[in-house]
Amino acid sequence: MILRRTLLAAAATALALTSGAFADGHEKLKVGFVYVGSIGDGGWTYEHNQSRLAVDEAFGDKVETIYQESVPEGADAERVMTQMALSGAKLIFTTSFGYMDPTINVAAKFPDVKFEHATGYKTADNVSTYSARFYEGRAVQGHIAGKMTKTNKIGYIASFPIPEVIRGINSAYLHAKRVNPDVEFNIIWAFTWEDPAKEADAAKTLIEQGADVILQHTDTTAPLTVAAENEGVIGFGQASDMAQFKDGPRVSSIIDNWAPYYIDRVKAVMDGTWETVQTWDGIDTGMVEIGEITDRVPADIKAEAEAMIEAMRTGAYHPFTGPINKQDGTPWLADGEVADDGTLAGMSFYIEGLTGDIPQ
Amino acid sequence: MDWSAINPAFYVASVMVAATPLLLAAIGELVVEKTGVLNLGVEGMMIIGAVCGFITAVETGSPSLGFVGGALGGAALSVVFAVLTQFFLTSQVPTGLALTLFGLGASAMVGQSYVGIVPPKMPQLMSGADLNAFERIVLGHDAMLYIGLAIPVAVWAVLRFSRLGLILRAVGEDHNAAHALGYKVMWIRFGAIVFGGACAGLGGAYLSLVRVPQWTEGMTTGAGWIALALVVFASWRPLLIILGAYIFGGIAILQLNLQAAGSTIPVEYLSMSPYVITIFVLVLLSALHKYGISRAQAPAMLGRSFHASN
Repeated sequence: MILRRTLLAAAATALALTSGAFADGHEKLKVGFVYVGSIGDGGWTYEHNQSRLAVDEAFGDKVETIYQESVPEGADAERVMTQMALSGAKLIFTTSFGYMDPTINVAAKFPDVKFEHATGYKTADNVSTYSARFYEGRAVQGHIAGKMTKTNKIGYIASFPIPEVIRGINSAYLHAKRVNPDVEFNIIWAFTWEDPAKEADAAKTLIEQGADVILQHTDTTAPLTVAAENEGVIGFGQASDMAQFKDGPRVSSIIDNWAPYYIDRVKAVMDGTWETVQTWDGIDTGMVEIGEITDRVPADIKAEAEAMIEAMRTGAYHPFTGPINKQDGTPWLADGEVADDGTLAGMSFYIEGLTGDIPQ
Repeated sequence: MDWSAINPAFYVASVMVAATPLLLAAIGELVVEKTGVLNLGVEGMMIIGAVCGFITAVETGSPSLGFVGGALGGAALSVVFAVLTQFFLTSQVPTGLALTLFGLGASAMVGQSYVGIVPPKMPQLMSGADLNAFERIVLGHDAMLYIGLAIPVAVWAVLRFSRLGLILRAVGEDHNAAHALGYKVMWIRFGAIVFGGACAGLGGAYLSLVRVPQWTEGMTTGAGWIALALVVFASWRPLLIILGAYIFGGIAILQLNLQAAGSTIPVEYLSMSPYVITIFVLVLLSALHKYGISRAQAPAMLGRSFHASN
């Protein structure tokens, strides 16, 4: 017992010494990032990590950023977040939809720590959410895909049946169908964000079944690698530019640029002005960027796509503008009506024309 | 759903490609287990093989050398396991698990600057869009796929007909007796472990050079564990490894095809089917063994350390 007390006392002294070293007015703000994939995935997690590096760049030695890769969406995520909070992180970005409940749970235990959860919808006094309007980029992809497909079959590799992914499918389909009434979407649910072998198999299967455009909502470049091996097949960079495929199948991309938001939020914590917000930015603020449209896209289609991007930037055009019916034929949006954010955020239905059911 | 969308020739050809990494890793582990060693580090050796093979192929421009690199990488990692378990007599289960964790971490570090690179393409005997079904299935592959099919046959022949096979089996069935006969149990196991590592490395390299082909951290995503299950599935019979790998690959590809063709079976069931069927077959096999319909062939010394002083 005595021994244990001594140890405890020693530990406490050591702790006081270490924290004392930082208590001279130049205390670093520790910022944690929880990643669902590896920073080398070339897509989603890669871009989050690039934006973390931008935070380092912007604040120099006033911040210390830490991160953990490939954290499973579940109990493990709580453990990682708790560990970060205990190690002194004052701001923690949790960068996947599946971290929603873990974030809320851990945030309740650490009221002094601010949490930022990506792509979710649950908030608390110390939990903000942020997401990007990727469906704006999907509209551009759908347009290009609908115009360029020769087989009228478009393959879509979906990850999990969450609103984010369903919105993307709906937006792409809506805009492909508008320019090509014969277009058909073949959707494969991979039930993973990052599994190159499965993503490659899925792309191969879709191409073998006649698709000549591959859209993906998984995080690696594997589908583009497969597309590159098949002549006449095009695809798009997902979450990152995937520029290494520019000479091949990649005709454009959706790039997530989180850096301005991250820098903004870190600054808010430093200034003590942080408060709960629900950020959902699109092309207008630059959170969603459309990667260069390559010359493989005919000039007229490229011009149309760029006009659409511009219209979304200025707010003149919303991708979900009625009339749009739900899959079962019931009306969703009347002529000229624009979808409200609430419905979009929780979207759990296909629009008219898509076949198959959304997994529950 | 639209069955006509699924082209059987494409399907079979894809299954063969998907099954090859599993097949290679599993046949290597089978030989290891035949000598009485349980190496749970297959996943780690595969991923090391994937990254070493990828780097070698990119740096030399030769996918064939890439496979050599992958095999060497997997073998090198297995030497660590062999030294620890054979000379320092560490327990095989935790050592194997540690090997997997180490392999995953080390490969991520080594492969950092190779993300996003497209490797040189492995040539196929015949390729092109206009192959007929026979050409596509039988001839439309790279050399490694055929080697992958040949290895289990060779292993079967060696284990069944050769003196070396007898020695390997003797060590796995009763290491004390083998030792008493003058066989060097430790070195025979050492050799088997390295062979297993090389095979797992080849399987990993097949993943990063042919099946995907690219390097991504953690890209084996559990293939090594499936390979371990396949050895049990095959009841330690080399030729059944081929069957097991093709069944697993077949279901994995079939579920993607069914989804793409608009099957009415709920996606959740399709998605879990490869794993459910693996579990089902394992249960079925053990039931068959229990009632003596089929004989389990687990080596008697599986997982047990040997020291000459025992």
